[in-house]
Amino acid sequence: MSTFLTRRRFLIGSSLGASALTLSGCDLLDQNADVANILRSAEQLTMKAQRLLQGRDALAREFDEKDISPSFRVNGTSVPDSEEYAELLEGKFANWRLKIDGLVDQPREFSLADLRVLPSRTQITRHDCVEGWSAIGKWTGVPLGSLLHLTGLKPTARYVVLHCADELEKTLDGSGRYYESIDLIDAVHPQTILAYQMNGQDLSVGHGAPLRLRVERQLGYKQAKYIMRIELVDSFAGLWGGNGGYWEDRGYEWYAGI
Amino acid sequence: MAWFPPCEDHAVTGGSSRLTASASDYRSTLLGLQPLNAQMKDAEMSADASNDNVQYPRTIFIRRHSVVTRLTHWLNVLCLSFLLLSGLQIFNAHPELYWGHYGADGDPAVLTIGADDAAGPSGFVRVVGVQIPTTGMLGVSEVDGEPTARAFPSWATIPSFQDLAAGRRWHFFFAWLFVINGIVYFGFSLLSGHFRRDLAPTAHELSPSHLGREVLDHARLRFPKGEEAKRYNALQKLAYLAVVVILLPLMVLTGLTMSPGIDAALPALVDIFGGRQSARTIHFITASALVIFVIVHVAMVVLSGTWNNIRSMVTGRYAIHEEGPNA
Repeated sequence: MSTFLTRRRFLIGSSLGASALTLSGCDLLDQNADVANILRSAEQLTMKAQRLLQGRDALAREFDEKDISPSFRVNGTSVPDSEEYAELLEGKFANWRLKIDGLVDQPREFSLADLRVLPSRTQITRHDCVEGWSAIGKWTGVPLGSLLHLTGLKPTARYVVLHCADELEKTLDGSGRYYESIDLIDAVHPQTILAYQMNGQDLSVGHGAPLRLRVERQLGYKQAKYIMRIELVDSFAGLWGGNGGYWEDRGYEWYAGI
Repeated sequence: MAWFPPCEDHAVTGGSSRLTASASDYRSTLLGLQPLNAQMKDAEMSADASNDNVQYPRTIFIRRHSVVTRLTHWLNVLCLSFLLLSGLQIFNAHPELYWGHYGADGDPAVLTIGADDAAGPSGFVRVVGVQIPTTGMLGVSEVDGEPTARAFPSWATIPSFQDLAAGRRWHFFFAWLFVINGIVYFGFSLLSGHFRRDLAPTAHELSPSHLGREVLDHARLRFPKGEEAKRYNALQKLAYLAVVVILLPLMVLTGLTMSPGIDAALPALVDIFGGRQSARTIHFITASALVIFVIVHVAMVVLSGTWNNIRSMVTGRYAIHEEGPNA
């Protein structure tokens, strides 16, 4: 993502440079940690209010075949840039294994074939990007809850972390690697699936092959693509930026229900 | 006795009942557009009581706005300012509007604010197929002296630079404050009778001849005086009601419809607005309508007595010039 690097460098450069003088009052407030914390307090309120209104099992709307978008924009990474992924892709993901570990009773590995024989769920849902656009697609996959049922959970497990194959930002320490996390309420929601098919075909590379998350009551950046490993944790404080996801480490809300 | 100046109504009732009158007046001054009797000095009242021939013309003060109306009004100014500017920041992340459930690059758009690099950077707005050049303002505007592709210019967004995450933080914080403020205002206005007494137009006010006369008066910048200035005129009532009952609730509801979490909880919202992308378009149109309202509102404040209007929304006191009962 060279454009991101350019913009990032530009932002750093401009904030260090003379243009810092021209920043408006709101920009200065925006960079104040206390102000940021006050503004962020709304996120907790939003999550509590939405969870109260939703209950655990309120379903996202499911559409008909005729409602599917003619085109579905590929966003974020379009091809993970690593030798490991290239090899997996070349072997049609025959050597790919989904690892589930962390705070589980029994760590497990699943091949794509293992996942395909498990009971699946198909849903036609609306994908809402944080930027504002939407696209409707049909997803088929294994309910995440049923996999967690197979591994069992330790009582301390609170979050499901999805580690992905793609690096959205090239960094020396690897902190540009994509990851996401959801809590157990969303993890066992009936529409939360690990999808291996989109619109009736194997998931394309652009849309996250071989496996991506669908967590339908939240925004697009929660729908992690290129999933390699699922880790159960009691806190995501120790992971990368400590905010529970790639975009969360870059200022976006962990609870992306709005 | 409708033509009597407010303090004389009670001055003639005499000593013992004046206490009761004052108490009820005090309550009503807190609640709405009522005379400021309770705050009048005793000396002034007795002077009025002993003298039926008050000197005209004179200026009296009424309690124009209750404390709740004033507080919620200014909080609303704060909230809507931040909501608008952070909203434009959010819009800039995907400066295109659609109709229906879905919409993204390549889908038919209702409105696009874009940039074209073919012959130097040029900005445009395209509304249902009609393209208007807007370089310098929309689509392309200067950032640090450089023409830059961005839908709304940096002076119109919070933060000024492109930062969707920060824009969302400002937006949702002030959205909560706005909703809480709105609940206080609605609860108070229903219970106190502010809606019924001050905002609901009478049948007479809604008659075409009356509305026609008010429109002409407004066009000629002739504003109500004396007794008529004590309450909102029909055009004010209709404009305020449209904002309070239609536009502001529409902002909240269309905003909520864009939330996948709320859509799961309240699926009817998606049906009401015909889809998330329709809701986003209506959100934008309604915000534009509010901007137009504010422009007209501020113009009217200035034209009909800037300081008297602003003071009445700060301290509650509103001066009324009375020519006298026979004038």
